[in-house]
Amino acid sequence: MNTHVPLEHVMLLAAALFAIGLAGLLARRNLIFMLVSVEVMLNAAGLVFIAAGAYWGQVDGQSMFIFILTMAAAEVAVGLAIILQFHWRHHHLDADAAATMKG
Amino acid sequence: MTLAFYIAAAVALAATFRAVTHADAVHSLLYFIVSLLAAAVIFYILGAPFVAALEIIIYAGAIIVLFLFVVMLLHIGRGQRREERSWIRPRVWVGPAMLSAVLLAATVTVITAEPPPAPHALPQATAPSDVGVSLFGPYVVAVQLAALLLLAGLVGASHLRRHDKSIPLRAKGDPP
Repeated sequence: MNTHVPLEHVMLLAAALFAIGLAGLLARRNLIFMLVSVEVMLNAAGLVFIAAGAYWGQVDGQSMFIFILTMAAAEVAVGLAIILQFHWRHHHLDADAAATMKG
Repeated sequence: MTLAFYIAAAVALAATFRAVTHADAVHSLLYFIVSLLAAAVIFYILGAPFVAALEIIIYAGAIIVLFLFVVMLLHIGRGQRREERSWIRPRVWVGPAMLSAVLLAATVTVITAEPPPAPHALPQATAPSDVGVSLFGPYVVAVQLAALLLLAGLVGASHLRRHDKSIPLRAKGDPP
């Protein structure tokens, strides 16, 4: 069913998505956008797992993607809770001000 | 099928780029949803329909909607959006874009250096039941660890978002 798409092309796409996410993570100062960029990078990593799993005809790639999904959900829950707390204290989302966050 | 992959890849790249560069959080998240839908199409083409459904239901349907709820809770006003625009001037992007481009070039060199070895078995679409058997067979410990991780995330999130009454809330006009 697959095989028409070369593995390299999927991996190039994943690398490009990862690079976009990395540039966003480095350049943005707003915490929400930084978290979105991290999600972009996680999704790119999952794409590599799926592509490799499909190429070798194994289900392990899909299992790993489900674990990545679980980790992304837990990470987003904690990250968004921190963002809410941060916004309560500072009334903005500038990541530079996170240096003053104690405890 | 191959053409559909390249179309979905182009959509994913464009939508991700806009998601990362947009100044408005809601628009950025909507672009990210488009990117996730394109990724789901790619998963389907690669023969992983179960994961394609999970990508839409959990990623686009749950995680991004959680983001949207928080953005709504934060009451991001016009002033903050203007401030956000002042933060993402082109000058800010030069350094990160160059670093990412160098990393991307290195990765592309590695990927295209030699073709991957041919697979042992003929690739075939894997059914959801195969994934379930794999999860509850060799990966059963990892599944339990994932449950622990989710519990830790739940406890951590509910602890971190607690409103501490002893901390005086800063009024909106006050200097930081």
